Amino acid sequence: MRTGQFGIDDNPVFVIDQSRCIGCEACVQACAECGTHRGQSLIHLDSVDRATSTQTAPMVCMHCEDPTCAQVCPADAIKQTEEGIVQSALKPRCIGCSNCVLACPFGVPKYVADFDQMMKCDMCTDRTSEGLTPMCASVCPSEALWYGTIEEFRDTRRGSLFRDFLFGRQEVRTKVYTVIDDSLGGPLDVLSGTQRSWLDDPFGLEQSEVTP
Amino acid sequence: MARPPITDDELIARYGPHLNEAPPGGWNAGLTIDKVVNTHCCFCGQQCGIKLKVHDNMVVGFEPWYEFPFNEGKLCPKGVKRYLQGGHPDRLLHPMERDGTAPGGFRDITWDQALDKVVSEIRRIQAEHGDDAFAMLSGVSLTNEKSYLVGKFARMALHTANLDYNGRFCMVSAGTGNKKALGIDRAPNPWSDIPLADVVWIAGSNVAETFPITTGYIWRARDRGAKLIVQDPRVVPLARTADLFLPVRPGTDSALFGAVLHVLIKRDWLDHDFIAAHTVNFDDAAAAVAEMTPAWAADITGVPAARIEEAAELWGTSATGMMLHARGIEQHTKGVDNVLAAINLGLATGKFGKPGCGVSTITGQGNGQGGREHGHKCDQLPGNRDITNPEHRAAVAKVWNCDESEIPGKGLPAEELIEAIHDGTIKGLLSICFNPLVSAPDSNFTREALDKLEFYAVIDFFLSESAHHADIVLPGSLHEEDEGTSTSGEGRIIKINAAVTPPGEARRDWEILLDIAERLGKSEYFPYTNTEQIFDELCRASTGGTADYTGATWQRIEDEMGLFWPVPEAGHPGTPRLHEGGQFHFPDGRARFHAVPYKLSAEVVDDDYPVLLTTGRVVSQYLSGTQTRRIAALVAQYPEPLCEMHPRLADTVGVIDGDLVTVTSRRGTITLPAHVVNTIRPDTVFIPYHWPGQQAANQLTNRAVDPLSKMPEFKVAAVRVERAGGHTETTDARDMELQGDQP
Repeated sequence: MRTGQFGIDDNPVFVIDQSRCIGCEACVQACAECGTHRGQSLIHLDSVDRATSTQTAPMVCMHCEDPTCAQVCPADAIKQTEEGIVQSALKPRCIGCSNCVLACPFGVPKYVADFDQMMKCDMCTDRTSEGLTPMCASVCPSEALWYGTIEEFRDTRRGSLFRDFLFGRQEVRTKVYTVIDDSLGGPLDVLSGTQRSWLDDPFGLEQSEVTP
Repeated sequence: MARPPITDDELIARYGPHLNEAPPGGWNAGLTIDKVVNTHCCFCGQQCGIKLKVHDNMVVGFEPWYEFPFNEGKLCPKGVKRYLQGGHPDRLLHPMERDGTAPGGFRDITWDQALDKVVSEIRRIQAEHGDDAFAMLSGVSLTNEKSYLVGKFARMALHTANLDYNGRFCMVSAGTGNKKALGIDRAPNPWSDIPLADVVWIAGSNVAETFPITTGYIWRARDRGAKLIVQDPRVVPLARTADLFLPVRPGTDSALFGAVLHVLIKRDWLDHDFIAAHTVNFDDAAAAVAEMTPAWAADITGVPAARIEEAAELWGTSATGMMLHARGIEQHTKGVDNVLAAINLGLATGKFGKPGCGVSTITGQGNGQGGREHGHKCDQLPGNRDITNPEHRAAVAKVWNCDESEIPGKGLPAEELIEAIHDGTIKGLLSICFNPLVSAPDSNFTREALDKLEFYAVIDFFLSESAHHADIVLPGSLHEEDEGTSTSGEGRIIKINAAVTPPGEARRDWEILLDIAERLGKSEYFPYTNTEQIFDELCRASTGGTADYTGATWQRIEDEMGLFWPVPEAGHPGTPRLHEGGQFHFPDGRARFHAVPYKLSAEVVDDDYPVLLTTGRVVSQYLSGTQTRRIAALVAQYPEPLCEMHPRLADTVGVIDGDLVTVTSRRGTITLPAHVVNTIRPDTVFIPYHWPGQQAANQLTNRAVDPLSKMPEFKVAAVRVERAGGHTETTDARDMELQGDQP
C-alpha cells in the first residue's frame, strides 16, 4: 500500500507486536520474494519454546539510529541510508568476520556462507523507497508486523509503542517500534506469577485429572 | 482392475511430488514482467486477492493486491508461494494411458485416443451394469462455472445419479445445519462484521493455521476491547492469547454447547423478544438441556465447570457476538448436531441479523461455498436446490431444456460412493480435482476400492496418489489457467482471472468435459464457447433458488470487487448480511431451534484403544497436498507428519520428543515421530492428514458418517500409542537458525 516513504519524519513507521504472531511464516516466505532479496529470506521467526507454548517471535532489523553492527564493523561495510535504513554489509567490503552478528543486541544480522556476506533486513528498500509497504508487513495475516503512520496506529490499535532499549549501559534507540501492553505500567514482572490466567493450567489438570 | 501400473516409488520418481524451489529461470533471472493479473489464491475458502506476475505465458511471481477489500494484500505462506505450482516439472502435459511396460507406468496418447477410450468405457459399463454404475467425483477447487458444468455433465451427459464432491469431507455438516435452522446455507455475515463483535468465540477452528487472514479480523475486534473465547483440544496459536480457553475433549462439543445454553436459561441471559418474534421450538431446545449442568458437562468435555459458566456469561451478556466454527465441530458423526447446538446459542441471545452478530461456519475449501451451491452435490441442483423436490427439478429442467424425468435422482454421497465401488456396485469412475486416497477416511479401504474399479479416468494437473490407479489421465487446468468465478466463505462472489494458458497439450477442464459430452452424443446440452456463457446459464438456473445469482454479472463482480448473494435481480446491491430484521429463510420467516441431546462419537476409547486421535491441517499444507507438497519452501516448513502429544501421555508411552511412535486404530497403523508439547490435552493425539501412503493419518480414521450430512468422523478415532524404537529430530528449522548460521 502506498503510505509514504519509510524514515521521512518517522511516518510511516514499522511496528512489531510479537503477541499477535501466529507463527505462520508468511513473512519468512514473502521476505524471500522481495525484488532485491532473490530467494533469500532475511527475517527471523523463532519459536520461543515450542514444548510449552505456540508463541513465536518475528524479528526484522530494528534499524538502530546509531547501529551497533556498523560500530563494530572493522571493514566499514555496514552503511545507513539517508532515511535511516541500516543495510546489509557491502559485498566488496564485507570480510565475513561476524563481528556484527555477535554484537547486534537484537541478534539480527546473519552471516550467509553462500554469499560470504552479512545479510539482514533492509526494510525492503526497493519497496519503501517507492512508498510501498515492506513484503513481510504486506502479507502478515495478523498484523503482528505492521506498517503505517503513528496516528493510524493510535487510532486503531491497542498497546503502546516504544523504541528505547537499555542493554546494560548501552542505550539504543531504534527506528522500528515494538508494542507493549502499557508503557506507563512499569516493567512487566514475568516471574512473580501474579497475573494468573488459564494459561497456568490450560487443560484444568489440577482440578480434575485427565489421564489416558 | 485399476491398480497402479508400477510401484509407488517408481511413480513418484517420474511424477513427483518433486520440489519446485524457485521461479522459472531461477531467482536471478531478471525476467521482464509482461503483465500483472488480479485474481485470487487457489487455496482455502478465504479466497484472498492476489496479483500474479506473468512472463512469457508463465506465472513467475506475485505482488500483494492491496486494494482487494477482504485481505488488503495479506496472504498466508501458501498464498505467497502458490505461484510456484506454475512451470512445475511434475505438471501433466499430455493425455496418458496406463502401461506397466512404459517408463513411469503411463504412456502418452493423443487426445482422440484418450477421449475415445473414456467414452467407450462409459458406454460399456453403463450398458452392462446400468447408468448409475458409472460415477463421478468432483472437487471444490473448481470455479462456480465448472461446478455447475460438472453437475449438469454428470446428470445430462453421463446420466448418472452418482455424482458427489469432496466438500462432503468439509462443509456438509455446516450446510445441513444451516439449512435446518436458518433455511439457507451461507455464512450469515460478511467478515467485516467480526471487528464489530464484543465477544468472538472460535469453536473448533485452528484459525491461525487454516484461515490465517481471519486472525486480523479477530484482532481488530480485540483492539476495540472484544473478548476472545477459543474452544479446542489444543492450545492452537490464536488460543494462546485468548481471554478464555475451553479445552474440549474431541467429540463432546454438543455437551459443551448444551451446558452453555443451560446456563443462559438459568441466568436468564436470553433475548426473549427475539426468541418470541423470530424463532420456533425454543421450548424443545430448552428441555433437551434441562439436565446439562456445567458440572455434568465438565465431566464429559474436560472443560472446568467455571469456564463453561464464564463462556455463557461472556456470550450471554455481550451486546454483540460472533461465533465462528469449522471442521473441529463439524467432522463428526454428530457434526450437524454440533452446528445446530451452536446456532441455538446465537438464536437464544438474539445474535443474528445485526452488525457484529452471527454464528457462522468458516468455509474450508477454495470454492467450498460456491461449489456446494451449483449442483455437484449428490443431493442438489443449481441454486442450492433439492434434487428430490419436484418443483426444484422442474425449474432446472426448464433451464436445461430437458424433461424433468431426464434428470437422475439423488445419488450416493462421497463416502458411500467409495463403499459402493468397494462392494462392486459402481464399476467406473471419472474424477476431477479429488484425491480420496489421501483425503477420505480409512485410506486402506479407499485403496482397495480404487483397485476394484473396472475403469478409472482422472482429470487433474498433477498425478495425485489417487491418479496412480487411473486407466486414463487427462491433463486439465490449474486455477491460473482458466477464468470464472468462485464464492468465498463470506458468500462473496469473486472473479478468477486467467493469467496464462494451459501448457503442453493440457486443456481447460470445461473443454475436456464438453468433448466427452459431445462424444456421448449430448452436445445439445452444452452449447458453450466460453465460461462466461456457463456463468450466465448458472445465474438463470439459480433464479428462485436460495443461492440466487440472477443479478450477478462478471462485469459487476469485477467492478465491485465481489458481490454477496443473494442477488435476486439486475441492479440488486447484493446481500452482505443475512437475516436482517430477524428474517429467516422459511415460509414463516422464523429460525428453528433444535433439541440436541448429547450422543457419543461412533468410536469411544477403551482398554485396547485408550487414546483419542484427532486430525487436521498445518499452515503450510493444503488438503491432500497435491499442490503444496510440490513447493519446496512450504514442505520445509513442516516436512512430515508428527504425532502431537502431551508430556504426560509421552511419559506413559515412554518416549521423548522425536522418538518414533506407532499409532494404531481398528483400521490401520502409522509410525511417525512424537512431537511432545504441553499444548494438547493429555488424552488426545493430533496428526495432520496431508500425506499419502504410510504417512497418511487417514489410515487410522473412521468411515462412520453423520446420518444427515454424511460427513465422516475425521475428528474422533480411538487409538493405541506405542513406542516404536528409533528417533528423529523434530526441531523446527527456525529454532535451528541461531546455531546453524554461525560461522
